[in-house]
Amino acid sequence: MAQQKVVVVGGGLAGLSASMKLAELGVAVDMISLVPVKRSHSVCAQGGINSCNDQTRQLGDSEWKHFDDTIYGGDFLNHQPPVKEMAYWAPRVIDLMDRVGVTFNRTQEGFLDRRRFGGTLYKRTAFSGATTGQQLLYALDEQVRRREAEGAIRKFEAWDFLGPILDDEGVCRGVVAQSLLTMEIRSFPADAVVVASGGPGLIYGRSTMSMVCTGSAASRCFQAGAKYGNPEFIQVHPTAIPGADKLRLMSESARGEGGRVWVPRTPQDTRAPQDIPDSERYYFLEERYPEYGNLVPRDIATREIFDICVNEGLSVENDRMCVYLDLTHIPREELDRKLSGILEIYEKFQGVDPRDTPMKIFPAVHYSMGGLWAGYERSADGGLVSGSPDNQLTNIPNLYAIGECDYQYHGANRLGANSLLSCIFSGLFVAPGIRNLLSSHKQAASELPSSLFEGAVKQHQERHDLLLGRTGGSENPYLIHQELGNVMTRAATVVRRNDQLAEAYQQVSDLEARAQKCSLSDTGNWTNQNVVFTKALIDMFPIAKSIVKGALQRDECRGAHFKPDFAMPSLKSTDDAGRREEAEGWCDRFAANTDKWLKSTVVSLKDNEPDITYEDIDTSSIPPRPRLYGLVGAEVIDEVWTERLRQKQATQPEAAQPEAVAGSA
Amino acid sequence: MISSQHTSAKQFQVRVLRQDGPGQENRWEVYKIDHEPDMNVISVLQRVAAKGQTIDGRASSPVAWDCSCLEEVCGSCTMVINGRVRQACSALVDRLLEDKPGEIELRPMTKFPVVRDLCVDRSRKFRALQRVKAWVPVDGYNDMGAGQKQSMGEQEESYPLAQCMSCGCCVEACPQYQKVEVIREAGESDEAFEARKNEAYDNSFLGPAAISQAVLFNRNPTGKMNADERLEALKGPGGVHACGNAQNCVSVCPKGIPLTTSIARAGRAVTVYSIKKWFGS
Repeated sequence: MAQQKVVVVGGGLAGLSASMKLAELGVAVDMISLVPVKRSHSVCAQGGINSCNDQTRQLGDSEWKHFDDTIYGGDFLNHQPPVKEMAYWAPRVIDLMDRVGVTFNRTQEGFLDRRRFGGTLYKRTAFSGATTGQQLLYALDEQVRRREAEGAIRKFEAWDFLGPILDDEGVCRGVVAQSLLTMEIRSFPADAVVVASGGPGLIYGRSTMSMVCTGSAASRCFQAGAKYGNPEFIQVHPTAIPGADKLRLMSESARGEGGRVWVPRTPQDTRAPQDIPDSERYYFLEERYPEYGNLVPRDIATREIFDICVNEGLSVENDRMCVYLDLTHIPREELDRKLSGILEIYEKFQGVDPRDTPMKIFPAVHYSMGGLWAGYERSADGGLVSGSPDNQLTNIPNLYAIGECDYQYHGANRLGANSLLSCIFSGLFVAPGIRNLLSSHKQAASELPSSLFEGAVKQHQERHDLLLGRTGGSENPYLIHQELGNVMTRAATVVRRNDQLAEAYQQVSDLEARAQKCSLSDTGNWTNQNVVFTKALIDMFPIAKSIVKGALQRDECRGAHFKPDFAMPSLKSTDDAGRREEAEGWCDRFAANTDKWLKSTVVSLKDNEPDITYEDIDTSSIPPRPRLYGLVGAEVIDEVWTERLRQKQATQPEAAQPEAVAGSA
Repeated sequence: MISSQHTSAKQFQVRVLRQDGPGQENRWEVYKIDHEPDMNVISVLQRVAAKGQTIDGRASSPVAWDCSCLEEVCGSCTMVINGRVRQACSALVDRLLEDKPGEIELRPMTKFPVVRDLCVDRSRKFRALQRVKAWVPVDGYNDMGAGQKQSMGEQEESYPLAQCMSCGCCVEACPQYQKVEVIREAGESDEAFEARKNEAYDNSFLGPAAISQAVLFNRNPTGKMNADERLEALKGPGGVHACGNAQNCVSVCPKGIPLTTSIARAGRAVTVYSIKKWFGS
């Protein structure tokens, strides 16, 4: 048999870790990446990477608790076996990153230092200054460079993945890609293809994601028949710096250190913020949540800021939505001591010193929990079978998805510092399964009839030529992209209403039709970024429509998906008996909602329209329980739910005993 | 604060040095852009792309440029802005106009072959990382426990070096780093062209960033086990001795990496290594 080969699409943490592990296992790899892999979006991650560790273990932490926090944080929408496997691997992943030279911060004694992140009680997060993602990416990039020098990996940087090549049986046999320099379109026969192309932030116009995060690679697989899971689950970060070109993250620690969020009571007050007296400022978080003030949980802060600008029209600026995040009441020295790193970011990009002038911030799309549907093989203990070719496999044979573009790990909401972990874990874990898949093959892809590959190239060449040759089109792709971003941001981010979503679906469909009429201002065939962008834009629509339709159909609140019309209420009764009775009713409703909606959204594209089915979730290790943060009456609901759970477990002794029961933290 | 004089200016000019492809003639094109608050050079280039015409009304293809993270952490959007090499994302329009009212000038880096307009081919940077073996040669990726302990002080010295994003500012400013441009011959295969390029790169100066990476890995507890291999590369043609001590690199590095300290360390280590080798120990 001729040499077998794996094509990895994307060179962020997931793609790099898969490639280096495959190379170690003796599998030849071709990497395809839009940018030199060292410039992938993983560099942007600041905070850190989670694992249970020797310190937290002493305080009662365990891999099981990391698993439980991830599932609870994800509102039980995550399949449990992959998450369990990831949590148990996490300490080993961090050990490996330490060995390959990541400059993690250290303790006095020379151990890895840890910090605490949201959604947990333990200091699980290893970090490297304020650039953990960059440091992890570089360490993996270096390992891949080493394998490249040995001849085990070939990199095709500045190449655009145009789509998988499927044979008549629907089996993936390689990919078609295009050089961003010469515009040459070429086939890459492959015995397995791993898509590790990251998130689709650009569908929202501007987000915290990099300019290469168009989602086009995932969309091209989706259009070729791969299923897409949980598209409607998009994480929005409450505080980002709105720039003319992108939205840059402003760490939550600004509020933690006393930052106050406000808007002028007069809409778009033209005075400088310092000149607006206290009585004419609306500290809306403090007024609406007297107990928590500016430190309401992340999702609530996001929703309120969004509401004040979109529904109340109180944005600081007229043509751009933002509110003030004010630190100017805090002494300069204190700010320098506690927050200098993040304040420098604001200063660098806004040219304004936040110690003197309130910052302007707004929530920003940050991460997609949803992505290409991928499967797994469950082990007897509720984790994954190591080396199974089914792990991370999409519904298309030989086509795998890992990293942010796979839907498996984060459920309805991702915990901070879990994304770097899921990317590296899924990359390392997929490799032995692929090697086993390759050993079961009788023939190498490169030995298949060349007509299969030539046909695929021809099809993409025709699409390319058609785009270049289109004259007299009336539409500008950059302006359509802006409009798409506006529609998506308005309807499908923080607060979702069915009437708005239905309208947005129509608007997105109209934009999709208009995008077909784009004419290019550059019709050359050398480094034509215009045509590359236009293709990516056209490919945003299938995922954009899936996000909107998924959100429209899901009539409940779960994690990042919030529909006020379907929110579970707080308890109103003031006496104990009344509360208890209300809590019983609440739990009945919660149970009914769980039966109906605790399901993955699975989308296939039929005639270019998303077709949605729902799939049961493996909750075999941890039974679902309500997330009750900030709800009045949480303790009573918790009590009732826990009693019911115990009763159920008494009658079903085979069900796993959860170590942690319902919590309201 | 931003001076009100320039924020009130309604329009400004952008002068871009354009080139259609490798080895072709370049030319200046000028665009007129409406001023908006909080603009950086990236948003200026986005407006140029959306506009599609020059100041005198001629149709113009969008300027090609590289960018990705827009947070000055990926290194993509490096170019020469008003004569200074830097990232376009962190180049704020109001600041640029304060220094030079009315106009912003953009040109590609001069030390790398131009691909098109402001895009250059920086593959020589990555080749240099291969030359100095900038990696920790671990046995493999199995579970072998944690790495060796390191002191806080060691981490604090390594971390700045590890922030190098291969952007190219240091080599652009370096008088010893000369442009190496290999033009593809008609009918030349990818592999043959790649090999010819690498050969040319391997005989030319490594540059400050790669030297600093060699120092970083020679500091790593595992990496130092094969320090000699890196020193061999630093000792060879285009190695650390090619540095003329102009110290421009350290002043333009956007991450403030102590490049000249790295170069001095590398120079001393190469000297010691050469003497040892001379005596055969």
